[in-house]
Amino acid sequence: MDLILIQTLNGLASASSLFLVASGLSIIFGVTRVVNFAHGSFYMLGAYIAWSLVSRFGSASALGFWGGVLLAALLVGLVGLLIEIALLRRIYQAPELFQLLATFGVVLMVQDVALASWGPQDLLGPRAPGLRSFVSIFGNRFPTYELFLIVLGPIVLGALWLLFNKTRWGTLVRAATLDREMVGALGVNQRLLFTSVFFLGSCLAGLGGALQLPREAVNLHMDLSIIAEAFVVVVVGGLGSVTGAYLAAVLIGVMHAFGILIFPKITLVLVFLIMAVVLIVRPHGLMGRKPSLVQQGATMREPLLSPATREIKLLGAAALAVLAIAPLLLGNYGVSLLTELVILTLFAASLHFMMGPGGLASFGHAAYFGLGAYGAALAAKWLAAPMAAGLLFAPFLAGLAGVVFGWFCVRLSGVYLAMLTLAFAQIAWSVAFQWVELTGGDNGILGVWPAPWAAGKTTYYYLALVLCTALVLALRVAIFSPFGYALRAGRDSPVRAEAIGLNVTRINWLAFIIAAIAAGIAGGLYAYFKGSVFPTYMAISKSVDALLMVLLGGVQTVSGPIVGAFAFAWLQDWLVRGIAEYWRLVLGSAIVVLVLAFPQGLVGTALRWRGRSQDDDVPAEAVR
Amino acid sequence: MSGPVLEARGLAKAFGGVKAVDGVSFTVEAGRLLALIGPNGAGKTTCFNLLNGQLQPDAGSVFLGGRNITGLAPRMVWALGVGRTFQITATFSSMTVRENVQMALLSHHGKVWNLFSRAREAFVAKADALLEQVGMAAQAERACGILAYGDLKRVELAVALANAPKLLLMDEPTAGMSPSERIALMELTARIARERGIAVLFTEHDMDVVFAHADRIIVLDRGRLIADGSAEAVRANPDVQAVYLGSGSTFGGR
Ligand SMILES: Nc1ncnc2c1ncn2[C@@H]1O[C@H](COP(=O)(O)OP(=O)(O)OP(=O)(O)O)[C@@H](O)[C@H]1O
Ligand SMILES: [Mg+2]
Repeated sequence: MDLILIQTLNGLASASSLFLVASGLSIIFGVTRVVNFAHGSFYMLGAYIAWSLVSRFGSASALGFWGGVLLAALLVGLVGLLIEIALLRRIYQAPELFQLLATFGVVLMVQDVALASWGPQDLLGPRAPGLRSFVSIFGNRFPTYELFLIVLGPIVLGALWLLFNKTRWGTLVRAATLDREMVGALGVNQRLLFTSVFFLGSCLAGLGGALQLPREAVNLHMDLSIIAEAFVVVVVGGLGSVTGAYLAAVLIGVMHAFGILIFPKITLVLVFLIMAVVLIVRPHGLMGRKPSLVQQGATMREPLLSPATREIKLLGAAALAVLAIAPLLLGNYGVSLLTELVILTLFAASLHFMMGPGGLASFGHAAYFGLGAYGAALAAKWLAAPMAAGLLFAPFLAGLAGVVFGWFCVRLSGVYLAMLTLAFAQIAWSVAFQWVELTGGDNGILGVWPAPWAAGKTTYYYLALVLCTALVLALRVAIFSPFGYALRAGRDSPVRAEAIGLNVTRINWLAFIIAAIAAGIAGGLYAYFKGSVFPTYMAISKSVDALLMVLLGGVQTVSGPIVGAFAFAWLQDWLVRGIAEYWRLVLGSAIVVLVLAFPQGLVGTALRWRGRSQDDDVPAEAVR
Repeated sequence: MSGPVLEARGLAKAFGGVKAVDGVSFTVEAGRLLALIGPNGAGKTTCFNLLNGQLQPDAGSVFLGGRNITGLAPRMVWALGVGRTFQITATFSSMTVRENVQMALLSHHGKVWNLFSRAREAFVAKADALLEQVGMAAQAERACGILAYGDLKRVELAVALANAPKLLLMDEPTAGMSPSERIALMELTARIARERGIAVLFTEHDMDVVFAHADRIIVLDRGRLIADGSAEAVRANPDVQAVYLGSGSTFGGR
């Protein structure tokens, strides 16, 4: 009995900090419709800044500690404000995914700024003055600070409720959350509204981070670990709903606390399982409402997709010829790099298949890449399977996951679908990470070597080149097949597609599975290429890599992912080697600049330029 | 001969407190054009959505050729031979005009799951014939995303005809067209309907078009059917006149 109480209290305490972060994210999304990936970075910054301030002010005095915490929250709010003015304001009209990309650029930049400012080591924070003691609950010692956090959650919720319901500003925020056009029509200063909302949301994230100081050491991984959970909370609660975020945070916090007791191995799985269940029962979250269809209809006007012209085919053939003779000119390192590029191209093309023609943006595509890699590695480790068998088992495992995960995902759309894919990817990741007996956990699986005949670097490169080229071409053929058209039909106009007999859900499901299988093959090839697999193959950052490649190339074009994969992988490699230390900062800035300069991606922009000069029939204007 | 192609019996649908459609019954016979008219917000589009399965009725049922199709998904209704055009046009903007029709033909012929052939090369002749019928052949290669509104309506008609339907549901098929284009399109529709014995249910705000082409007219007001009969009878109906006078739109302006 008392154990249950203690675990409930533990759950509520973590729910509060989760709620602070998630509520900010939710408010920002509600008003600006931006899914702010950098929100986790604000949380991390809050922790770091608070650590510095409290150290300086003296953690022994109440004023020093609480002053530091509050000031940190305000400073993070200012950082958010600056980012909104300098970056987001320029891209509110851009497609959702580009905004996401830009905010991920900010994530990378903040990581390196934090690294440069506070160093790589974990920083232990002071305990809160006045709240250092423990209270005794049924004979258990329970930290007073945790009790404080438990109370803080509802207080912040109440304060936000008052703010939104009793002030003019709050009324505007609520109006904007319901209907953005209406606010514009009312003649409200929309810019100021957006900026102030961003400030408030960032403050909340900063506060959430600062308050973690007495609970956990400040570290450089806080950003991505909190953002995944915050996404879950926001989606489970319903995008834009603060009360929903609180309920979801409590639900997840408490389930997490009990999960640790009952299934210590699968606590992470549990969190994402809750999300999956909620989304299946209530597709728009606990307190969310269905986004109005009119809004979607207004923004979606997809440009014409035509098969490759003669020039593009020639260009492709030439590129392939260059790739075929490249090993003769390159050293070992070059061949390795090219092998990786070729494999990543398949990975990107597989994501593009569902994301471009299908409009199914996945935030968790690395799951299938990683499952492919693990499929090959597990076959090699436990069954001593030869490479050929491993390369078959890879897409099998990934495809199986595609069948199961995809079934759930294709029932949702837009941001919700993206979040659910992220959740499933996190489940896959945590299985690989926590099921140590099978997967070796963090240490991964080593010794996944190719068959002797393919062991040479150059031979393996050719193997990868042949397989990946064939598959990328096959995906291309599929895009222009009746199925590919049907997939596009469902994206362009679901209503019309259903009205001509297309089962859009099932078509999307098959596309999801195909994308998973192709990613699985890429993963299998990658496993034998590296000789080892690790849970990081399924991490968020790997999924984001794929997204970056597709978006960089341009999601509306078929050649986009190929160009994007090369551009991205080459850029990353060049940065990592060239400026080893702060490559994230440079990459992040590069992403931000690219998004600002080419909101349609590289190939999309090139097509647009060409379209302008040649032929009005290429509806460049429709791209937007 | 057999009974009506379409029969609606006591259809009802409410959104929150608003009774958008309230106990509506009517029939449409093969080869006939039935006009569904009524002021804005009368519930015409909702009625269409109930007929083709886009919405589930709260009460009532829909029969197609005597078969109860109430509650079937739109794609099932389509497979049974119902073509639909939308008030707010719904076409595939990333495809050309011809590809839009080809897509419908591919679906009609059960070729959707083919992953290897080229969709562009499928049913070209059939697609062009349909486009020719609606006067869009010259624009077959253009992107649907850049067409004028009236042209989109024509593409929708070609798409709706692709599965050789028994019944056409046309929600404001001539919106966005010039008066002469309207007459031409409805003449075409009437001809196709008579030639092939297709039953047509359409809504239209232009009363000239309605009186010129409808075999019968039903009038909807705030979800309720207030008149059902020939053009003369409906025009003479005092309830109908009251509704149209009250709403301020022109009625029977000939
Ligand atoms: N999805 C919906 N949710 C809520 N209310 C709806 C919905 N669809 C229609 N309504 C309401 O139902 C009523 C009937 O609308 P409907 O679109 O069927 O009218 P209509 O006769 O087609 O009008 P119009 O001539 O303007 O096209 C209106 O009051 C409308 O606001
Ligand atoms: Mg209507």
